[in-house]
Amino acid sequence: MLKIENLHVRVEDKDILKGINLEVRAGEVHAIMGPNGSGKSTLSNVIAGRPGYTVTEGRILYQGRDLLRLTPEERVWEGIFLAFQYPVEIPGVNNTYLLKAGVNARRRHQGLPELDAMDFMRLVREKAKLVELDPSFLARGVNEGFSGGEKKRNEIFQMAVLEPTLALLDETDSGLDIDALRIVAHGVNQLRSPERAMVLVTHYQRLLDYIEPDVVHVLADGRILKTGDAALAKELETRGYDWVRKEAGI
Amino acid sequence: MNTLKPEDAARQEYRAGFVTDIESDTLPPGLNEEVIRHISARKEEPDWLLEWRLSAYRHWLKMREPHWAHVEYPPIDYQAISYYSAPKAKGDGPKSLDEVDPKLLETYEKLGIPLREQEMLAGVAVDAVFDSVSVATTFREKLAEAGVIFCPISEAVREYPELVRQYLGSVVPVQDNFFAALNSAVFTDGSFVYVPKGVRCPMELSTYFRINASNTGQFERTLIVADAGAYVSYLEGCTAPMRDENQLHAAVVELIALDDAEIKYSTVQNWYPGDERGVGGIYNFVTKRADCRGARSKVSWTQVETGSAITWKYPSCILRGDDAVGEFYSVALTKMRQQADTGTKMVHLGKRTRSTIVSKGIAAGMGQQSYRGLVRIARGAEGARNYTQCDSLLLGDKCGAHTFPYIEVKEPTAIVEHEATTSRIGEDQLFYCRARGIPEEDAVNLIVNGFCKDVFNELPMEFAVEANRLMEVSLEGAVG
Repeated sequence: MLKIENLHVRVEDKDILKGINLEVRAGEVHAIMGPNGSGKSTLSNVIAGRPGYTVTEGRILYQGRDLLRLTPEERVWEGIFLAFQYPVEIPGVNNTYLLKAGVNARRRHQGLPELDAMDFMRLVREKAKLVELDPSFLARGVNEGFSGGEKKRNEIFQMAVLEPTLALLDETDSGLDIDALRIVAHGVNQLRSPERAMVLVTHYQRLLDYIEPDVVHVLADGRILKTGDAALAKELETRGYDWVRKEAGI
Repeated sequence: MNTLKPEDAARQEYRAGFVTDIESDTLPPGLNEEVIRHISARKEEPDWLLEWRLSAYRHWLKMREPHWAHVEYPPIDYQAISYYSAPKAKGDGPKSLDEVDPKLLETYEKLGIPLREQEMLAGVAVDAVFDSVSVATTFREKLAEAGVIFCPISEAVREYPELVRQYLGSVVPVQDNFFAALNSAVFTDGSFVYVPKGVRCPMELSTYFRINASNTGQFERTLIVADAGAYVSYLEGCTAPMRDENQLHAAVVELIALDDAEIKYSTVQNWYPGDERGVGGIYNFVTKRADCRGARSKVSWTQVETGSAITWKYPSCILRGDDAVGEFYSVALTKMRQQADTGTKMVHLGKRTRSTIVSKGIAAGMGQQSYRGLVRIARGAEGARNYTQCDSLLLGDKCGAHTFPYIEVKEPTAIVEHEATTSRIGEDQLFYCRARGIPEEDAVNLIVNGFCKDVFNELPMEFAVEANRLMEVSLEGAVG
């Protein structure tokens, strides 16, 4: 589904990613772990199409197509979703309204009729239950006055509504207390399916106690230094990242 | 990867930019006492009004055009402007819509103001002012039943001379400022509203101003009086054709609210803004002021300013009565080379008077945007309160936003709060919307409309929809 080949990315004259190779197949959950500043968030932002990142070398194929040619919104229409590490507040813009505009833009793109307000509200109420999101949140401004945990739950809720084919979760566990972590993980697990792939970007292993990954990668200094299964995450938890670096000769 | 190209904002179209081909009776350019006598005679005005105009003119001759606003424009030649233009009427003024020239009805229809339809569908009474004269006022009989007077001011001068004489110039005196003095000398038409004691006006009143003729100025005068315990909501809309020369619009609006009266005044100003090189467009130099004369009176100004090459406008409230309330809600959008210097004055004289100011400025393209506001609390205005919130949003890096707040407090028990923010349209917000599948241009509209929501919420329903639409039109092509 997703194939990244020799990806080099520069941000403001600084090389952040220095030759990433990664393949993610339908139904798989990959965890990308690594120390701070290793380029984890850069990777998910580049896949989602965030402006400000320059790809200097390599390519990203998504369902066999050149992903880098698509605008961020086109990537969403093709089934990519990014759950933000720091969801922004957009004052005065209603949460539901934002989501409805997104869903209907995609339906237009797919040649489907737009959902009317009634159908959309039905969909939204059903999905809100999944992450135990209080329906009163839906009528508020986008992330306006939300706590850290509420923002992250809102991200998973949006993911449930948009039903992506490839979901990128950028540090979804950061800033969550244990209860919120459990709720968010439950939401994610509900969305696991043979047709859907997920990439979890995380600094800590604890999210992986709740969401078991199929593949674990260690990203450091802009490269994937090691790849393994769920056991690798446990090893990182106890031994830290330095040994991986040494092993790779850095 | 797409990036914001604000200079493309210029590519939007001005939908009201057409010219109506209609024969008009226009005075040659120039201003002198003869011109004023001519206007007054054409309107069959009483002597006192002619004298009033002449005294304004003599004051004006001694005054200088103000240049303290944060706007730039070449000198205006006041002798090159025609001060009177009227569609040629067949005989007397129209008695009903059936007598109105069909071309005029068509003009308003094209502007989305079908006068006939609005007459049929109960809801809004409309006065349509075309160049210097009022061409139609709907719903007059129904309003008369409630005792509400809503008519062209030129007609009010003839039919209700005592009311007009009592209130005209009582809020904005003839010598108030350069543009107000000019308006007092040459004003041609506008609306007059009187709501008697204890009457709640049964419908929204609205006036649509249209400048059509070239080389003319529009100098309308609006006077609204809400007697004790009365309530009225008044809407004002403005458009003009696209022309390469600048046209002057210098209006005066006076509101008077007596004890327990409330006036809600809403404006959607969409005068022609000029083109992307800054050629043409309306100079909108307007004096709007409300006198909350009575105890517990309330005046609320709501404005959406998207048009004009230059806007110079400060709708104000004199809070004279005890417990009087003044409100100012404003959205101003400047794009291309538009300049706006706008804000309000809240003058607290009475005890426990309260005022709220919410100003939202949006600058795109090479637009320049200034908020200028005065909050003055006089000694003796015990317990007076003001809250000001003033936010600016920038789209692109060639525009500018400025804030000039003036606060003068002479009363120790007063409480004044001021909050101000300036932000660039967030790249983060924009990307967040796009990462939810919303195309970039829609995302900009979404964010801007969200930014303006506090103000749009204050507009009557009919206008809120129009304001939303107008903001979208104005931002069409704002991103590439």
